[in-house]
Amino acid sequence: MKVSYFPGCTLKNKAKDLDLYAYKSAEALGVTLEEIENWQCCGGVFTTAKNEVATKLSSVRALKEACTKEQPLVTVCSACHNVIKQTNHAMQTDKDFAAKVNRYMNEDGGYSGETAVYHYLEMLRDLVGFDTLKEKVVNPLKGKKIAAYYGCLLLRPNSVMNMDDPENPTIMEDFIKALGADAVVYSMRNECCGGYVSVESPDLAKNKSNAVVNNAKAQGAEMIITACPLCKYNLVKNGADIPVVYFTELLAEALGVKEDTNE
Amino acid sequence: MNNNKYLREELLRQSGVNPKKCMKCGKCTATCPAFDEMEYHPHQFVSMVESGDIEPLLKSESLYKCLSCFACIDRCPRGVEPAKLVEAVRLSVIRKQGGNRLSADDVPSLLDEDVPQQLLVSAFRKYSK
Ligand code: SF4
Ligand code: SF4
Repeated sequence: MKVSYFPGCTLKNKAKDLDLYAYKSAEALGVTLEEIENWQCCGGVFTTAKNEVATKLSSVRALKEACTKEQPLVTVCSACHNVIKQTNHAMQTDKDFAAKVNRYMNEDGGYSGETAVYHYLEMLRDLVGFDTLKEKVVNPLKGKKIAAYYGCLLLRPNSVMNMDDPENPTIMEDFIKALGADAVVYSMRNECCGGYVSVESPDLAKNKSNAVVNNAKAQGAEMIITACPLCKYNLVKNGADIPVVYFTELLAEALGVKEDTNE
Repeated sequence: MNNNKYLREELLRQSGVNPKKCMKCGKCTATCPAFDEMEYHPHQFVSMVESGDIEPLLKSESLYKCLSCFACIDRCPRGVEPAKLVEAVRLSVIRKQGGNRLSADDVPSLLDEDVPQQLLVSAFRKYSK
């Protein structure tokens, strides 16, 4: 199976692991990630204002390319996924916005939200299947107690993201179980880490991040997994004393495709 | 107040929010992770824009404390989506000349070895035009 893939700027820089292990694991599962040509940064956050157009064009360009190739568009970073999926939804539902974008882009056939957008986790669940994933695991992570940290961007706004029950999600726990580990459920898993506000108000981010980590630990977690580089940064920077790793790294480990990198 | 009539209209149009749907239950504010840091809370953005009392919001630090976590959007029982109003008010400030909150000159002081690109691009989206 071939899918279009939008890596995003952080995955080519500070979050190289998230990208590298996504590629390797997909390969092991029989999925080829075809990187969008000349992709541009999604901007990190979706601007909800209807009259904000220019900042959403990079997402539309990626969506249009996937559409031309008749492939679903897969993202790994929570933020890219959120921005691209919300932009796609706006192209489907907001005629004014879509008209402005299409007039500006002036591309053959235009674009009106035809592409199916999948987060990598959704690709595993809906296109590969967690049962198939389970069969391909060569290195089951038996006995490991792992807490999934969803944060905000994978799940909300639910009317658009539509990934899972936003208050009681299971997709990451099912993923953890498919890899042979134990999933730790805790109440703060879909609360905010503080996000970009850590630029200006580090104390706010610290409070939010610590609340997440402490809650996960209180439920017995030995490790936290995330799909978001900013969540990882905030959790680690604010003193998480259990490992916080990208879900793709865990996946690569279980699939036996994680090379030792001397880290 | 007269000017505020146009500002109010613009804010409502670009956010798509209908404040009349609000039943003032306060759930948005109760779930807001930035609550402690905010002078005006999400439900107040809704009621103050509705009544045209927008000046205090334009000047408020609360605009820069919203985390865009979308919790108030998902958890409002009436589908009011208060965060879209917070965003609209913030945009009306930073879109003005000289309204930028963050400039490229500030970046070096913000960097540490691990700062992800995502943090900086997101902050620029929220704080600058
Ligand atoms: S989106 Fe902003 S206003 Fe709404 S709950 Fe989150 S931080 Fe609070
Ligand atoms: S949760 Fe919704 S209805 Fe309740 S106060 Fe907030 S905006 Fe109004």
